[in-house]
Amino acid sequence: MLKDITLGQYFPGNSIVHRLDAGVKIIITMVFVVMLFTADTFVSISAGVLFMVMSYLLTRLTPSLMLKSLRPVVPILIITALLNVFFYEGDVVFRLWFLKITDDGLKNAAFMLIRVVSLIVGSSVLTYTTSPIELTHAIEKLLSPLKKLKLPVHELAMMMTIALRFVPTLIEETDKIISAQKARGADFENGSLRERAGAIVPVIVPLFVSAFRRAEELALAMECRCYRGGDGRTRMRTSHIKPSDIAAFGVSLIFLAAVIAADIIFK
Amino acid sequence: MKSVGILKTQNLTYVYGKGTPFERKAVDNVSLSIKKGVITGIIGHTGSGKSTLIQHFNGLIKPDEGKVFFDGNDIWEKGKIMPGLRFRVGLVFQYPEYQLFEDTVYKDIAYGPKNMKLPANEIKERVHEAASFFGISPDMLRRSPFELSGGQKRRVAIAGVMAMRPELLILDEPAAGLDPIGRKTVFGLIRSYCIRTGCTVIIVSHSMEDMAEYADRIVVMNQGGLFCHDDTPVVFSRADEIAAIGLDVPQISKVFSLLRKKDIMFDENIYTVEKAKEIIKEYLSRKGGAEDC
Amino acid sequence: MSSEKIISMENVSFSYENTAQILSDLDIDIKSGSFVAVLGHNGSGKSTLARLANAILVPSQGTVRVLGTDTRDDEHIFDIRKNVGMVFQNPDNQIVAAIVEEDVAFGLENLGTPPDEIRLRVDEALKAVGMYEYRNHSSGMLSGGQKQRVAIAGIIAMRPQCIVLDEPTAMLDPAGRKDVMDIIGMLGKKYGITVVLITHYMDEAVKADRVIVIDDGRVLLDDVPKKVFSNVELLKETGLDVPQVTELIYELNKCGLELDPHILTEEECAEALASVLKE
Repeated sequence: MLKDITLGQYFPGNSIVHRLDAGVKIIITMVFVVMLFTADTFVSISAGVLFMVMSYLLTRLTPSLMLKSLRPVVPILIITALLNVFFYEGDVVFRLWFLKITDDGLKNAAFMLIRVVSLIVGSSVLTYTTSPIELTHAIEKLLSPLKKLKLPVHELAMMMTIALRFVPTLIEETDKIISAQKARGADFENGSLRERAGAIVPVIVPLFVSAFRRAEELALAMECRCYRGGDGRTRMRTSHIKPSDIAAFGVSLIFLAAVIAADIIFK
Repeated sequence: MKSVGILKTQNLTYVYGKGTPFERKAVDNVSLSIKKGVITGIIGHTGSGKSTLIQHFNGLIKPDEGKVFFDGNDIWEKGKIMPGLRFRVGLVFQYPEYQLFEDTVYKDIAYGPKNMKLPANEIKERVHEAASFFGISPDMLRRSPFELSGGQKRRVAIAGVMAMRPELLILDEPAAGLDPIGRKTVFGLIRSYCIRTGCTVIIVSHSMEDMAEYADRIVVMNQGGLFCHDDTPVVFSRADEIAAIGLDVPQISKVFSLLRKKDIMFDENIYTVEKAKEIIKEYLSRKGGAEDC
Repeated sequence: MSSEKIISMENVSFSYENTAQILSDLDIDIKSGSFVAVLGHNGSGKSTLARLANAILVPSQGTVRVLGTDTRDDEHIFDIRKNVGMVFQNPDNQIVAAIVEEDVAFGLENLGTPPDEIRLRVDEALKAVGMYEYRNHSSGMLSGGQKQRVAIAGIIAMRPQCIVLDEPTAMLDPAGRKDVMDIIGMLGKKYGITVVLITHYMDEAVKADRVIVIDDGRVLLDDVPKKVFSNVELLKETGLDVPQVTELIYELNKCGLELDPHILTEEECAEALASVLKE
C-alpha cells in the first residue's frame, strides 16, 4: 500500500527537465507557485496551466504517473470544491431547498481546483525529475546564507539525506516485524478500535529499538569515516549553472509576466 | 510403507511483482510432503525461493496456484485461512530477536499463548515449559529481553513460538550471525526439543554442513523449484550435483569425492567427521593396520 | 618487504567504567602489508580490539600507536581514521547515502578532497569491488553482500594504509560471503593494504597470513594458520571450530596414524588419506 504512492517519488530519466540544476528547478517551482496565486482571471491562470503542461510534457514521463499522484487527493478536492460551491455569497444561480449555488461560488470552486491540482502537478515535476540527494544538496545550497544566522543548515541537510536513505529500510523492517507478530497470532484486522490500537505496540516497540540501534551504529560508522560536521567539507557533485538553466528560468519569468499582464488587462 | 506427511504442497506456485517488469516465479510448481516427527532441512541460496515457500506453510502468503494441505486439510479451502493455523504451524523468522517487545522475558514468551486466548494457568505452564526447553532460567524470565546477550535473545524469541505448542515448527536460519558455540547450542536445543515432544521441525539453512549434522531429511531448492527431497544420506549421495548448483557441501564430502576419483571407494556416503573417522579405521583394521582407540 | 608497524599495541588493557576487564595486557604488532585474522567467539573482546585500532576507543592502560602516533592524541585523530578504515558487521547500518556513489564519496567529502579527485577515486574504488555498474543504484535495494562491497569501496576511496573489518560476513549468505572474502584477499595483493579481519569463521581465518586467537581478552594463539589450527583440542575448548579435515586428521592421528597435523584443505587431506589407504 505504501508503495503505491507516487507523490514525492523520483523517476530517473534524461530529459531536459531532468538535466536542469536542482536549485534552479526549486526556484522555478517557486515562481510557478507565485503565478498560481497572483492569477485571478481565467485567462491569466490558463497561462500558468500552460506553463505547467509544457514542463510536464518536457519530462517525457507518461501522463498516467501524474494521474496516480492525484488519486489520493481526489476526496479532499471534491469536499473543498463542494464547500466552495454551496457556501459562498453572491448572485444565486440555482437553489435547492436550503442549498444555494452562487456564481462567485462556482468561480471560486473552479479556481481552487485548478490551483490545487496545478500545485500538485507542478511540484511533482520537481520531485519526479530530481533525485532526493540532489534536492537535499540544492536545499542546503539555497539556504546557506541562513548559516550566518546560526541556523544549522548543513545538519538539517544531513538529516534529510539519512532519512531518505533509511525510509525504505524501515518500511521493509516494519513489514518483517508485522509478519513475525502475525506468526505469533497477532491480529491487526479484527477487534475493537482499542484492541487494534493495542495490537500495534508489538510492532512499534521493536521498530523503535531497531531504529535506535541503527542510529547508534551509523553514528559510529560516520565517525570512522572522518565525519566532523559541515566545516571544510567538499562535495563530489558540484553544480554549475548551465545556459539551459538560465533559459529555463527566463521562460518561467516570461510566463509570470504574462500572468500579471493578463490580470491587469482582463480585470 | 508410505511415510506420513504432516504438511503437503501440491503444484505450489507464487509469482513476485505480478504485472511489473520485475515479475518472476519465486516458487515454481513445488509439490512435497513433510514427514511427521523428524527434522527436515530446507537448503538453497538466496533467491532460491525457500523463504517464500515456508511463508506459505502457515498461510502468511497465499499461493497464486496450487494448494497447501496441513494435517490433510486444504488451508485455504474456504478462501479464508484455516482458523488457528498460525498456532499449529509456528514460524520463527530470521533474526527473531528483533521482534521482542515486552518489558520482561516472561511476558514476551507469553505473547503467543495469550493471543491463543488460553486461561492464565495454562499460559504460565507453557511459558515455563518453553523456557526450560530452551535453557532460559527462571531468573532470566524476570529480566528485560533487551538486557540479554545476542544468543540469549535468540533463544527467548524461539521459545516464544514454542510456547504456542505448534505441531509443526519452522525456523528460518535459526543460527544466522551466531558464533560456533551459539550455533551448536541453538541447533542442539532444537534437536532435543524435536525428540522430546515429537514435534515436526523444518529448518531453513544455507549450510549443508549444519544440515548434515542435524537434519533427518533434506529439501534442496534451486531457482524456485524443488531440486531434490530425500533422507539426508541419499541427498548427500548427490553432493557433486549439489555443489554444481552453487551450494557449499561439507569439506568431508569433498574429500571423499576426491578419494573416489583416486579409485578409493567406500560403500556408504560419508559427510561427517565422525563417520569418516569410523570408516577409515574400519578399512585400515580390515587390512590389519591401525590400532584401536 | 617492509616490516613497518602500522598498528602497535603495548600492554594494552581495556575496560568500561566499573565493569570487568574486556582486554588484558595485549601486545600485538600489525606489520605493513600483512593479512591478519583475529579469531574469537562472541564476547571474547575481539570487537573491542578493532575499536582500539582507530581511536574510537582508547586503552585504559598501555598504548596503541597507529603509524607511530598515540591514539590518545586528539589532534591526529582524523589522520588515524583516514589511515585505518573500518568496516562493520551490519551492512545496513553503515551506508549513509541513498545512492551508491554518493555513499562511497562520503569519507572523501568529509576530508575536504577536491570534487574532481573525489570523482576519480570513487570510480576507481567502485571498479575495485566490482560495483561500478551499480554506481547510480539505490543503496537500500542492494543485497547484503553488495552493501558490504560498497562499504569497503567507501574505505578504499580514502586510500588507507590499513582496513579493519569487524565480522564483515556474519550477516551474509554464502554467495555474499564469498564475494566479500575475495575482495578482502585482493586488498593486500593488489593495493598493498594491510588487512585485519575480525571473525569467528575459521574458514575465513585460514586464508590469512597470521591468525591471532583471542579468548577472554587475552591472546591465546598467534601464528600462521597451519600451526594455529593444529591445536584442535584447545580451539574446541575455546568454542571455536577447526576445519573438518584438520579435525579428521587429528582424530586419526589419535588412533596411531602419523599424518601431517597441519593439513587445512580438502586436496591435502585427500592426498594424505590416499597414501595410507592405498598402501
